Amino acid sequence: MTRVSMTVDGVSYTDEVEPRTLLVHHLRERLGKVGTVVGCDTSNCGACTIALDGQSVKSCSVLAVQADGSDITTVEGLARDGVLHPVQQAFHENHGLQCGFCTPGMIMAAIDLLGENPDPTESEVRHGLEGNLCRCTGYQNIVKSVQAAAKAMAPGAHASTPAPVAGE
Amino acid sequence: MTATIDTTTSTSEIGKARLRKEDARLITGRTRWTDNITLPGMVHVAMLRSPFAHATITAIDTTEAKTRPGVITVLTGADLKDEQGSLPCAWAITPDMKAPAHPSIAVDTVHFSGEIVAIVVARSAAEATDALDGIEIDYDELPAVLDMEAALAEGADLVHPELGTNRNALWIFDSGEAGTGEPIQAALDAAEVTVTRRFRQQRLIPAFMEPRSVVCDPTGEQLTLWSATQVPHIVRTMLAMTLGMPEHKIRVIAPDVGGGFGGKLQFTPEELLSVVLAQRLGKPVKITESRSESLLAGHHGRDQIQDITITATRDGKLTGLKVELMADMGAYLGLVTPGVPVLGAFMFNAIYKIPAYHFACTNVFTTKTWTDAYRGAGRPEATFGIERIMDELAVELGMEPMELRKKNWITHEEFPFTTVAGLTYDSGNYEAATEKAMALFDYDGLRAEQARRRENGDVKQIGIGISTFTEMCGLAPSRVLGSLNYGAGGWEHAAIRMLPTGKVEVVTGVTPHGQGHETAFSQIVADKLGVAFEDVEVLHGDTQVSPKGLDTYGSRSLVVGGIAIVQAADKVIEKAKPIAAHLLECSVDDLEFTGGRFSVKGTDAGVAIGDISLAVFAAHNLPDGVEPSLDSQATFDPENFNYPHGTHLCAVEVDTETGFVEIINYTCVDDVGVVINPLIVEGQIHGGLAQGIAQALYEEGVYDESGTLLTGTLADYLVPSAVDLPHFNVDQTTTPATSNPLGVKGVGEAGCIASTPAVVNSVIDAVRQFGVVDVEMPCSPQRVWRAIQQGRGQLAAGGPAGQNTAEAGGGLGSTDSSGNVDQSTPAGGQA
Ligand code: FES
Ligand code: FES
Repeated sequence: MTRVSMTVDGVSYTDEVEPRTLLVHHLRERLGKVGTVVGCDTSNCGACTIALDGQSVKSCSVLAVQADGSDITTVEGLARDGVLHPVQQAFHENHGLQCGFCTPGMIMAAIDLLGENPDPTESEVRHGLEGNLCRCTGYQNIVKSVQAAAKAMAPGAHASTPAPVAGE
Repeated sequence: MTATIDTTTSTSEIGKARLRKEDARLITGRTRWTDNITLPGMVHVAMLRSPFAHATITAIDTTEAKTRPGVITVLTGADLKDEQGSLPCAWAITPDMKAPAHPSIAVDTVHFSGEIVAIVVARSAAEATDALDGIEIDYDELPAVLDMEAALAEGADLVHPELGTNRNALWIFDSGEAGTGEPIQAALDAAEVTVTRRFRQQRLIPAFMEPRSVVCDPTGEQLTLWSATQVPHIVRTMLAMTLGMPEHKIRVIAPDVGGGFGGKLQFTPEELLSVVLAQRLGKPVKITESRSESLLAGHHGRDQIQDITITATRDGKLTGLKVELMADMGAYLGLVTPGVPVLGAFMFNAIYKIPAYHFACTNVFTTKTWTDAYRGAGRPEATFGIERIMDELAVELGMEPMELRKKNWITHEEFPFTTVAGLTYDSGNYEAATEKAMALFDYDGLRAEQARRRENGDVKQIGIGISTFTEMCGLAPSRVLGSLNYGAGGWEHAAIRMLPTGKVEVVTGVTPHGQGHETAFSQIVADKLGVAFEDVEVLHGDTQVSPKGLDTYGSRSLVVGGIAIVQAADKVIEKAKPIAAHLLECSVDDLEFTGGRFSVKGTDAGVAIGDISLAVFAAHNLPDGVEPSLDSQATFDPENFNYPHGTHLCAVEVDTETGFVEIINYTCVDDVGVVINPLIVEGQIHGGLAQGIAQALYEEGVYDESGTLLTGTLADYLVPSAVDLPHFNVDQTTTPATSNPLGVKGVGEAGCIASTPAVVNSVIDAVRQFGVVDVEMPCSPQRVWRAIQQGRGQLAAGGPAGQNTAEAGGGLGSTDSSGNVDQSTPAGGQA
């Protein structure tokens, strides 16, 4: 057992973990952060994506001990004072999800993508999200969501844009 | 362009692009996936699965495993032999269908790699998994049975020797009197043109994103089972029937479910075992499969060989269609396994007027994971077969492929139309959808560009593919399902409860897994009762809350479940009427109901339905003999299926040096009747397209010659990512269904059914000039490249020698998930 401390969604936790414990399992099983989900065992699906010290990572490919001392944000920590993060809002407004299982990972990956490229083209979004699989949406509305979020987050943009009319 | 319905001015809820109610919890991670559930005292189960496709278990030693940390018990098939029952198949398609016993844990023999042979129960999932290593099993390997034709040959090794054959059933439909086969024989004899092709529907894996998970709590008055299932009601009934448990003592809950696509339309060994174990141990039990287990041992889809012959006159009139299928059942029969190809039987004739039709399907057992429903179930296979052979026939006739279709399809004026397969299509307008699609797609412009590139001998050649399709959806009607020997009905149930404050609870028996029922059904109820969208709550997915239902599959939620809701709402209005009349002191006949208000015709007097519900709650002043309730129930069983249709057009660019295929234009116009929520409809089409395109280009479940699944992880089974799929141009025409009061048609499977042949037709069209007449799916770079080489070789040797199907290799290893070509593979295949 190894002692690890980390801040997750603004709360600090210290626990004893087995050295082999994956971060995603630590989050889900020990800290009750079940908003982050597991979709595969090969680091291919991206469902488990979180932000580790501001960088998006697949939490199934990081050991809990490697996250010692880090600051983690999961999908559960994005909304502030009941206000959705613009990327969450954009996924809602653009029907960027169906079953929603890939969604936490998609949103976390999208936030990181927009951090690096605040105004991505469709192709840049598609390449940026290549590590996250979605089986329901065919990706088109996810791409649309990310681009809409980029607009909403652009300097000078109003923090929350009105819901676009479908079909535009 | 996208679906355009002006939602800004419309006051009706029907057709409004309402943002989904479901999203709030899903985008914030406050979800209720089954694997999120933790109960006091809960134990975890891990499965040991057979590494062999076919073997006798000669010895199992669990002693060491039992000593591992945290282990509570280790059990084998022999230990649970008398308790575990046999998993049911609900579709005996013929009276003499062969059905093997289907144990949850193999007892003496394993029949596919991935079959459960032992289980460990431990304190934690990790401890249970660790302890699997401690189980020693001796196997005697038996010959794997992998090829359907070989399995049917005389003297073949038998998957289930006790059945005496590998043939599960032979099912025949014939358009002639008493199935004589006379019409088709006459058509074949008289044919001016005959085209015969063999197409393969590769094995696909549903690959929903949430792995299946089940939690069973035996500690309450009722046993409670949470399961990531599409079919909680069916699971409850099957549990009762299989284990002989009293049904009223079982509660099944499908909480949030992360995708299904038919893959969660099952009664699984894990569900059954969780109940057996929970009862044995008296503790809550959780089983969550890994992704690898999901791919290996969740059911697979498709896997058919189709031999199709089509006949026509020289000028392109279809005269006959003969289809002979072999369908791979895998090792066991799941809930609807044998019925999947039977559903296809009614769709091979598609939108065409064909006077003679013969369909025969042989279902075959092999030592692979069993197959069952996968998005579209039977209809994608059929649509592929007919749309591919229509293109081949067009080439044979020297006709433009769209012209051939137009010449044979049912015209708008001819509806309702009874097809050669015996279905009556209620409405449709193939002309309108096609015209719109061709204009959006720029059909003529792309044909010109294609000609230009051919002329130039460009490395990148263009191909154009068509799929004009229809499907039968809304599984129901019960009578029809009964005539096909399906073990259940197809009705659907709904209940509506008006609450004292005027809010509404709606209970539905259809159980969503991403389709947005809460939103769409709220819209229907808001529209019918004239209450606010926000004032409606839709309850589902729990047999205690929603006691009756047949769940979600076959695009039936809206067209069957939604209509049950409409009927329940009508009953509420009827019930409220005498109360309104009493309150307004008028006669019932003087009332009209609009916008949530009963008013006395020609006056200002009126009362809102919300006020009536309060009056009913108080029950102080009700008319004599009126029951103080504003609740209703309805069970709807439609008279007919419904028939969405559409025209899908695909243009691809094929790199003739690498075989790499890129979709450069995908345009479709679907007609799904009246649209309740255009956002949801468009989303469903997108998702379906992705899955259909994936079948055409990327996905295949591949076994090696020993029967080991080679595509057992998401690194090998190529679920497309965002870069592998194009932007879709999606639009609609609206021809209301006449068979239901909303005019709606199903939508969930349309994109998946239509897109596969459109894409493959476009690939062949791009390379036909090199003598290629077919490429097996998935059309991986390697397969396309090889087809070009073979075709060129044959052309050089004096013209194309009939069908050259590029075999071998497949998707596996030939592309990575980003679609990059592995250059070494084509070169290797050149020899
Ligand atoms: S669960 Fe982490 S990538 Fe799939
Ligand atoms: S929304 Fe279902 S997997 Fe993406």
